[in-house]
Amino acid sequence: MSGILLLEQSLNGLQFGLMLFLLAAGLTLVFGIMDMINLAHGSLYMIGAYFMASFVQATGSFWLALPLALAATALVGAALEITLLRKLYERDHLTQVLATFAIILIANELVRIIWGSQSLMLNAPAGLTGPVTLPGGVQYASYRLAIIGVGAAVAVALYLLVTRTKVGMLVRAGASNREMAIAMGVNIRRLFTIVFALGAALCALAGAMLGPILAVQVGMGENILILAFVVIVIGGIGSIRGAFVGALLVGLVDTMGRALLPIGFAQVFSPQAASNLGPSLSSILIYVLMAAVLFFRPQGLFPARG
Amino acid sequence: MRTMWAAVAFLFAFHAQAANELKIGFLSTLSGPAGSIGVEIRDGFNLAVKMAGGKLGGMPTEVIFADDTLNPETGKQLAERLLKRDRVNLMTGIVFSNVMLAVWPTIQQSKVFYIAPNATPTRISGEGCNPYFLSASWPNEGYHEAAGHYAKSKGYKNAYLIAPNYPAGKDATSGFKRGYGGAIAAEVYTKLNQLDYSAELAQIRAAKPAALYAFLPGGMGINFIKQFVAAGLSAEVPLVVPGFVSDQDIVRAVGEPMLGIFDTAHWAYDLDNDANRKFVAAFEKEFNRIPSVFAEQGYTTALVIDAAVRSVKGKIEDEKAFHKAVMASPARFKSPRGDWKFAHNGTPVQDYYLRVVAKDNKGRIVNKKIGTVMNAHVDFWAKECKMK
Amino acid sequence: MNKVLTRVLIIGIAIAFPLAMHALDQQFYTSFATRILIYAMAAASLNLVLGYGGMVSFGHAAFFGAGAYLVGILAAEGITSLWIAWPMAVAVAALAALVIGAISLRTRGVYFIMITLAFAQMIYYIFVSLKAYGGDDGLSLASRSTGLGVSLANDFVWYYLVLVLLMIVLYLLHRLLRSRFGRVIEAIRENETRATAIGYPVYRYKLLCFVISGAIAGLAGALIANQTSYVGPALLHWVQSGTLMVMVILGGVGRFWGGPVGAGVLLALEELFSGSPLLGPYSLHWQLPVGVILLAVVLFAPQGISGAFSKKPQ
Repeated sequence: MSGILLLEQSLNGLQFGLMLFLLAAGLTLVFGIMDMINLAHGSLYMIGAYFMASFVQATGSFWLALPLALAATALVGAALEITLLRKLYERDHLTQVLATFAIILIANELVRIIWGSQSLMLNAPAGLTGPVTLPGGVQYASYRLAIIGVGAAVAVALYLLVTRTKVGMLVRAGASNREMAIAMGVNIRRLFTIVFALGAALCALAGAMLGPILAVQVGMGENILILAFVVIVIGGIGSIRGAFVGALLVGLVDTMGRALLPIGFAQVFSPQAASNLGPSLSSILIYVLMAAVLFFRPQGLFPARG
Repeated sequence: MRTMWAAVAFLFAFHAQAANELKIGFLSTLSGPAGSIGVEIRDGFNLAVKMAGGKLGGMPTEVIFADDTLNPETGKQLAERLLKRDRVNLMTGIVFSNVMLAVWPTIQQSKVFYIAPNATPTRISGEGCNPYFLSASWPNEGYHEAAGHYAKSKGYKNAYLIAPNYPAGKDATSGFKRGYGGAIAAEVYTKLNQLDYSAELAQIRAAKPAALYAFLPGGMGINFIKQFVAAGLSAEVPLVVPGFVSDQDIVRAVGEPMLGIFDTAHWAYDLDNDANRKFVAAFEKEFNRIPSVFAEQGYTTALVIDAAVRSVKGKIEDEKAFHKAVMASPARFKSPRGDWKFAHNGTPVQDYYLRVVAKDNKGRIVNKKIGTVMNAHVDFWAKECKMK
Repeated sequence: MNKVLTRVLIIGIAIAFPLAMHALDQQFYTSFATRILIYAMAAASLNLVLGYGGMVSFGHAAFFGAGAYLVGILAAEGITSLWIAWPMAVAVAALAALVIGAISLRTRGVYFIMITLAFAQMIYYIFVSLKAYGGDDGLSLASRSTGLGVSLANDFVWYYLVLVLLMIVLYLLHRLLRSRFGRVIEAIRENETRATAIGYPVYRYKLLCFVISGAIAGLAGALIANQTSYVGPALLHWVQSGTLMVMVILGGVGRFWGGPVGAGVLLALEELFSGSPLLGPYSLHWQLPVGVILLAVVLFAPQGISGAFSKKPQ
């Protein structure tokens, strides 16, 4: 087990974890403050990636397209909240599941109708397509480092937003005790819309940044959605800090598991068996982790509610 | 009671398809990252149908398209619909071997002929061979065995293999190993449709192999090569691929970083024969892009159907005669790939070429033929097939 | 009187359907109807635990898929008799429900939802890793189960067998819900604290309900494996759990016919919009109208479809 391999896999885990955090942050806020299970969160991620691909094609510039995609998705998110989701806050979780499941279907089809069924091309910006040499002589994809950078920056910004600004304070109040916040005169409707739009923008950022590495395709949200739910359960519903820690934990376990377990198994089993067991086991690990947290500490690692 | 039901069934059996129209079920992967392959095959197929005036074998042809989205379950359901509800006379189109294997029992039971324009799993071409399955593309191991020969000729000390964990991925490593015969540094199987190869690339870097052989078709290949280049590995490790991983659908997405990659395939853009020139010109005119091996496969499949249906004068129901007609069809028309024929297990016997990704005289990136790696190659597993 | 008439009508249509399809030379739809019957059973089993028991289980696909996989694995090993395979499928599913339920029922509310999801995903990944039994690619069954003397490959015969099984299951569910057990379960759902105060062993009742529901789902799984002669990991995926939930909610949570109605409507919509002559062959955009209809039901018919047609208050 070389040090270079370990370093590279750790960076990969960090990169994946930070992107998961972007998704989980929005999801945990919506779940924590509005008490709403939003299965359509992954659709916002997908829409963000599609917007990004289109804007890059239109403007020719990655960095110009990025804020445009974020803004567009935030608008879509706000519109969705005002027209449809608002009606669901008072309903039970089951109804929310059905309604947001329906939104996933509709969103997938609308995207297919507008952009076609083929996956879209989204490339890393020029200048970030090659490797960069890290201290120690290791080469690592510069774009992935950029993702880590952006993810970390956003995490810091979110932390400052939530702890240092008035909006952030309202968000925290709403997350820990909604009724009290309303009683104290917080304009809860506007707050909800803002929170939802913010969550949508974070999803779009993740979608736009991961687009060049993964593929911009219909249904890309469903795969990552379930992991986002795992993250917020582990971290604690309603807590940004929990989402951060949970995301990094899940990202590292998933990546390290996928990377290291097959190597370990290959010592004992055939390459094919190792390839079968490795990825499954690392996925199982994540769910075991989640089940354990739910059983022993159901509020999560950093519960938002008092 | 039984006889009554039998009588009822007998009566309704006469609702057979009127044999004046050809209905072809085209079940393929048309969406998602791997959808580019299905689209290429479809376009090649449609081009041939169009050039035949909408009539294959002289019969008005209706092609019904269905998208399996690379899901064996969906493929199976769609196959049921095509066969039982739409009552197609022929089936074709499947891109991926896992869908093929899931759908095959359904096709087999319905006794409808399937002409493969792509996936030809060894499980069906070897011991499991069957008169209802014929392939107009290649046996699954073909490209990989050729690539193995090439790697051997380059004298690489060892090879690191990477392929998706599904039947064609296993066929790929098996074929390559047979052609190469040398030391294998590692054999890694990734998840089908996996898009992020950071973990695998880190392992490759640590292993420092003499050569890397990667079978990752469609969107998988696009992502892998982009990430391979981004991680700086393209400068460290020579990459050898089968033609699936370096043809037009991937070239269009990745571009210049692909120049110089060697691959093996049964067809090349610049093959020197009239049929190929005609095909390429027609395809470029119709679709405004350069055809890939997949397009040629779709095109030739349609021509096989055309020749076979013509020679039985539309009587596909005469199964023995139709089977014979299909087996004899390659001699009846000129295919863009050159001369070829069917082996007794229903897979093509053809040449495999060494190609390189390079620019043509118009500055476009194409796969140029450099040489021939295998001549008139017969599927290795044909010997396991007990059919006459 | 109305109720009896409706029931007779439904059963009559169910019995006559394949004959009608045969007469119209549309045998494909007999097979399609069988699929609806199987999902009706699966949805009814979920409704037991979700609607009547008040336990929102997001992991029901685990039992459905486990039953299916058991039949597949036994078939791969040469055991095709339904007298062995089907009871084993039910037993394994019930066992899984026992284990998962025992642990999950210690949690509440949204945590219960997530932990059932977690367990279902674990089972999904375990089966996916079994490459000997197909792994990601799934496993084809050489034929439908044997042991009845008549070939089940005949879609006609198969339909009636499934119909009979569904009717038996629904009848048993009906009796169960009318019994003391059913009343206690509903009491627990209405107010768990009160039920505990009265002295009912709430946990045990819930667990039993969970296990029964899982067992029935296992039988439905065994049937679906036979229906398609194929088992794939998609049967165990959380999206499958979600689909079953959608069926129950669509049909009417806690309403007796909620499961079957929801299954029928969802699958019929899917078929109507994806393969009908109306929208062109293999119209790829079927999910859009289905999604819109689902949304409409949520917003305007909160009791689900059978609730909208029933006069009984929830």
